[in-house]
Amino acid sequence: MQWNSLNEFLAMGGYGIYVWPSFGVTAVCMVWEVLALRRRHGAARAALVHPSGTMDVTS
Amino acid sequence: MKMERINWFQWSSPQALYPLAGKLIPWFAWWSAVCITAGLYMGLLVAPTDFQQGDSYRIIFVHVPAAWMSMFLYVVMAGWAAVGLGLKARPSFMMAQAIAPTGALFTFLALFTGAFWGKPTWGAWWVWDARLTSELILLFQYAGVMLLHASIDDLRRADRASAVLALVGVVNVPIIYFSVRWWNTLHQGASISMTAAPKMAATMLAAMGIMALGFWLYSAAVTLMRVRSIILERERHASWVQMERVS
Repeated sequence: MQWNSLNEFLAMGGYGIYVWPSFGVTAVCMVWEVLALRRRHGAARAALVHPSGTMDVTS
Repeated sequence: MKMERINWFQWSSPQALYPLAGKLIPWFAWWSAVCITAGLYMGLLVAPTDFQQGDSYRIIFVHVPAAWMSMFLYVVMAGWAAVGLGLKARPSFMMAQAIAPTGALFTFLALFTGAFWGKPTWGAWWVWDARLTSELILLFQYAGVMLLHASIDDLRRADRASAVLALVGVVNVPIIYFSVRWWNTLHQGASISMTAAPKMAATMLAAMGIMALGFWLYSAAVTLMRVRSIILERERHASWVQMERVS
């Protein structure tokens, strides 16, 4: 373990403002992609139940 | 183990790909979660502080795996595009179409995390360095492939046109990879080389490797998730898809 306290860990030796946005945005993007794909699959399946032909299933 | 003859063409229909992808997704997803958790633990808690860059170097644990995936996924996308063009196989085109957004996402992340590493290291968010510029071009290439596909209504023409564009653009990947050698610019050289001893501490290297493996598994999982949606959207009038309604 490299750190003696939580504050030291969050500070990242003074580079926290660069390190945490990098990890944070990466995490947000990857989680968002998974959620968006689950929504898209749900929508695609729903369009099969109601095959109106006019429904937008690409969103 | 007995060798069995595998009928590869068995998998060359959307109907076969859909359930196969469904079976593989949980496996890739769980192992990717395990690898990324282990990689974050090692990278953020165990790996030592770099003696030159301090703790800003820890960005490497997302930056390098994202950058590797951005290039790797482009090559895989172009590979599926080539198979699609060669065999006129719809699932291959669907795979190429499914990879593009994830490749674009990792290209964006490589650029974004690179900016947040460049600022403390070089003093600038962005420079028109050969590596950065060629990676930005890669982002435009992914966007181009996706936009071209979306802009053509006839799906068979859309598949073929975007496949040709993806294939032509593959020349940029070696340019990105070797840019740090061919041009003497700001971006540092490769952290890992096949021929030289690693320049990094063993724990740093291990954390980066595990994160890269985790990103690879993640990419496989989300690509298969996307290809399943693409299959349902494109084949929704096929009788087997209609059967999916009741399952």
